[in-house]
Amino acid sequence: MIRFENISVKYTLKSKQEVEAVRGVTLEIGEGEIFGIVGTSGAGKSTLLRTINLLQRPTDGRILIGGNDITHLRGESLRQLRLTTGMIFQHFNLIHNKTVFDNIAFAMRSAGKSKSEIERRVPEVLELVGLLDKAKSYPSNLSGGQKQRVGIARSIANDPQILLCDEPTSALDMETTQSILDLLKEINNRLKITTVIISHEMDVIKKICDKVAVMSKGEVVETGDVFRIFAVPEHPFTKQLVNSTLDLELPRKLNENRTKRLFKLVYRGERAEEPVISETVRKFPVDMNILHGKIEYIAEQPIGVLILNLEGAKESVDSAVSYLKTRVAEVEELHA
Amino acid sequence: MLSLSVTGLITDLIKAFMETFLMCGISIFISIVLGLPLGLFIYITREGLFWQNRILHLIGGLLVNIVRSTPFVILLVLLIPVTHMLTGTTIGPLAASVPLSVAAVAFYARLVEGSLVEVDKGVLEAATAMGATNGRIIREVLLVEALPGLLRGLTVTVVSLVGYTAMAGIVGGGGVGDLAIRFGYYRYETNVMIITVVLLIVLVQVIQSLGELIAGETDKR
Repeated sequence: MIRFENISVKYTLKSKQEVEAVRGVTLEIGEGEIFGIVGTSGAGKSTLLRTINLLQRPTDGRILIGGNDITHLRGESLRQLRLTTGMIFQHFNLIHNKTVFDNIAFAMRSAGKSKSEIERRVPEVLELVGLLDKAKSYPSNLSGGQKQRVGIARSIANDPQILLCDEPTSALDMETTQSILDLLKEINNRLKITTVIISHEMDVIKKICDKVAVMSKGEVVETGDVFRIFAVPEHPFTKQLVNSTLDLELPRKLNENRTKRLFKLVYRGERAEEPVISETVRKFPVDMNILHGKIEYIAEQPIGVLILNLEGAKESVDSAVSYLKTRVAEVEELHA
Repeated sequence: MLSLSVTGLITDLIKAFMETFLMCGISIFISIVLGLPLGLFIYITREGLFWQNRILHLIGGLLVNIVRSTPFVILLVLLIPVTHMLTGTTIGPLAASVPLSVAAVAFYARLVEGSLVEVDKGVLEAATAMGATNGRIIREVLLVEALPGLLRGLTVTVVSLVGYTAMAGIVGGGGVGDLAIRFGYYRYETNVMIITVVLLIVLVQVIQSLGELIAGETDKR
């Protein structure tokens, strides 16, 4: 659906210094996907997102949407592209002096929609985002989450094929973030809009994306299914991003107690649902104590980490561990 | 004798106020018609905006600065030929409206630019991303978002104009300020001067409050 071919964006600062915000990015975003772009601030993800509707023109490379090269569109054809590409923003960017209704009506008038069409469609999208009763309110009377809902309603009013989300939840609290992400997912499901979402939070990516590209210093360092990225990150930067999700801190007391043998088990995918622990205890004369654990579901597949203490004769523990190794993704003895 | 001078004063005052209103009215009208587009022009030729054009931006700014840095009394004299060409005379409120309008256009254009700069760039970007035409963005986003600021600027312009009209008395423009100078200064009738000054204070207060009220009403931020 969207294809970046060797995209670079260079800026010249006022100090005449040249900055390369995006460097040679090649990326393919499939139709109907929710595609995440994640990275620290200044990684170039926002710049990359903006090249899709040419708010930012790439210095090099080309962008194809549905097979058409859009890189050099100007004037009326550029406007047509933007009419079929919705966008929502971190700070919502609603027109402050227009009501919720008029904000959405503005987007539709820009697309040349008739008055009767606007009057039919605005309540429809407001209902979809759950704000039908706020049509006559001004943005300043709405909460952050409600403003973003209006932003979403506005962005889909013209039935776009693509929805660009520029840090859509970064200005919102955790609870509101969840509800906005749910809404974006629902819209993606229902309307089959290809959604590109950028965020500096792995959590956001984890919750709604199908695929993700990890950006660092202007380059895409790793791309793949969200589950794969979380389960087996390859690039050191990705590992660093993902680690915080799966890293378990053991209390100091346990870490210092070297008499106990501690093992870290990592589960990935369906095997996390098998009764591995009880099977092991039944098969080998060992005692097992779970000290710490966490299971996350990413793209509906589990990833889990357990920290176990195995007690028993050395041989029994060793054979229990080799059995465990055949059943789970990783077994690692801690400070052995 | 006393009652005669009181009625005489009232007649003079009414005439003077009418002249002030006429001069202010004409120049405010002109400053909206010309100053608003000029301010808009200077704004949209800025770097990073739709009609980015360094040269035009600088020319527009220079034009405004030339007028604004010329003391109004000098402008009044400098523009006498233009005034004569436009109105066929150089005295009276109508003639005085010419230099007043020129000053007001430049003054208001700068305030317009200032209010437009205050408009959230993100909102403009959102409108661009939606595929709105530049004309629509100007009409429905830029001017709508800047409206409270534009009205406050207009209020400031009107108040300044009331002050400038006093100087217009130099070219026989008449008006309240002129009355205060003629009676209070040249004829040592301090009472008359005080009355006119009090009336001017009231006038300015009314204009300012009215301006604030309307601007506040349009501001939904």
